[in-house]
Amino acid sequence: MTGPRVVIVDDHQMFRAGVRVELGDAVEVVGDAADVESAVTLIRSTVPDVVLLDVHMPGGGGKAVIEAVAATHPEVKFLALSVSDAAEDVISVIRAGARGYVTKTISGDELAHAIRRVADGDAVFSPRLAGFVLDAFAGAAGAPVVDPELDLLTNREREVLRLIARGYTYKELARRLEISVKTVETHVSAVLRKLQLSSRHELTRWATDRRLI
Amino acid sequence: MSPVAAACEHRGVRTTPRPPFERGGDGAIVAGVASGLARHLGIDTLKVRLAFAALTISGGAGILLYGAFWLAVPRRIGDETTAVTDRVQLPAIGALVVGGLLLAHEIGIFGIDLGLWPVLVVAAGLGLVWRQADEASRARWLGAVTDHRSQRLRIFGGASLLVAGLVGFLASNNELQAARDSLVAIVVVVAGLALMLAPWGWQLVQDLGAERRERIRSQERAELAAHLHDSVLQTLALIQRRADAPGEVQRLARSQERALRAWLYARRDEMDPTRTLAGAVEAAAADVETDHGMPVEVVTVGDCPMDERLEAVVRAAREAMVNAAKFADVDHVDVFMEVDEGDVTVFVRDTGVGFDLGSVPGDRRGIADSVVGRMTRHGGSAIVRSAPGEGTEVELRLTRVAS
Repeated sequence: MTGPRVVIVDDHQMFRAGVRVELGDAVEVVGDAADVESAVTLIRSTVPDVVLLDVHMPGGGGKAVIEAVAATHPEVKFLALSVSDAAEDVISVIRAGARGYVTKTISGDELAHAIRRVADGDAVFSPRLAGFVLDAFAGAAGAPVVDPELDLLTNREREVLRLIARGYTYKELARRLEISVKTVETHVSAVLRKLQLSSRHELTRWATDRRLI
Repeated sequence: MSPVAAACEHRGVRTTPRPPFERGGDGAIVAGVASGLARHLGIDTLKVRLAFAALTISGGAGILLYGAFWLAVPRRIGDETTAVTDRVQLPAIGALVVGGLLLAHEIGIFGIDLGLWPVLVVAAGLGLVWRQADEASRARWLGAVTDHRSQRLRIFGGASLLVAGLVGFLASNNELQAARDSLVAIVVVVAGLALMLAPWGWQLVQDLGAERRERIRSQERAELAAHLHDSVLQTLALIQRRADAPGEVQRLARSQERALRAWLYARRDEMDPTRTLAGAVEAAAADVETDHGMPVEVVTVGDCPMDERLEAVVRAAREAMVNAAKFADVDHVDVFMEVDEGDVTVFVRDTGVGFDLGSVPGDRRGIADSVVGRMTRHGGSAIVRSAPGEGTEVELRLTRVAS
């Protein structure tokens, strides 16, 4: 079986090799790159389905890669992969256009699964990202709501994010809320869209002042 | 520093037999000489200030003494608070000195017959400039960002006063004409010297800046190296020795990762993480990871300061994590903590073997006693959801007391 075509972008050679081995035959790795410039060139020449992207890299980080590629190849999808705990970095890569965020401790099977989901157009929210997003929207509570469609999460979306943060898979979540997995995916995609398009400035700034209630 | 801590430190200083003579500290107005001397001698600051004023009136010794102390006595390093009453004293004592000097001048005692006003203006100007220099040096010690605009304004103000005073002094002695001729010569020479030395001076300033940056950088490097040596290298050495025990290696790597993360992402200006709920939950998870070799993924949303009731929540959560680590037979446990305006909620979840809630085996009494009991005692609630093969989730909820 040939899975989605994948490019791995990470400045650690050891990590790129490790991911290749772990992914095995589940996906087709068409190349890897170690910095922003070579990554952009590689992605433009191979046009993969999904780019596994490190958040922190010399030359502008994952955000720079997404912005450069999106200008010429908007169809390429990005999945952010990081050891970083810094919420503002993760949120800014997502806002640049990545369709999900997973931590580097993820297992090979889970990673392959996440890649397939991103390739299918879904958003991949790890528990940690769900927590960051909840914090981001709650932290923006003081900012004026310009567009309620974009600036606020619905109760259902918050419920979905909370369950993801609690460690529920989409399937478990769907069963718990008695909705279909498709509906869960719709909610998550909606949250991703809001995160990327909302202009409430606190969304990016929130993380600098940790929220004490 | 919190007000309480400041108060403690304050008291600590007072109880030592005789504090060292240091300027500044609590109650400093101009340079903190008077308040420092008062602290050193153990007498009231106001009396010291009045003594300086009296000495100034009777021939100017007070102001000279003050200046000498200002130069010679080291500044006390620490936080400084000046009470309103202290600030109010400044104009009062100033008025007293000016009035006294005028009186002395008027009745012609002590033989002061310099133009009085120019002297006072010069003193004020000098005070302003010195004080500015003093504060700039303190700011450098504290590494604080200084407000350059107000700094320049004050130096400029002080210098203008100084020049005005000197000109006034010369004018009152009818020597302005003579002074102007020599002044022109001096200005020309100084300007020439400045032109000659300018490139060298500029280079010096640049070098100083570069040297300072390099020093800061190497300090940072040393700190990082020390930290890596103490923690990461030790762990790597341990991992090499225990390479045959995968479980142990994973445990070591996890705990090192956690420690390094905490070190890297800790905000030093922020609240002590051990005093907030999120920090306490993370710490509990780290304990469970270390003690039971079970990875615990913690996600937190919001945060609040710890209190006694939250302590109970953390202990209950810890108990739930330990239970999951011991009995669930899984590869990781998820913990989610959320703080909002009304509630604190913590979820501890595993996808393991689960159990029948109706027939809790004897060895799993922990859940009932530690978790549920503890939460109800503190006015919260705990819900345990589980079924054989379905995993277990413990939900802890506590309504926050309005603070």
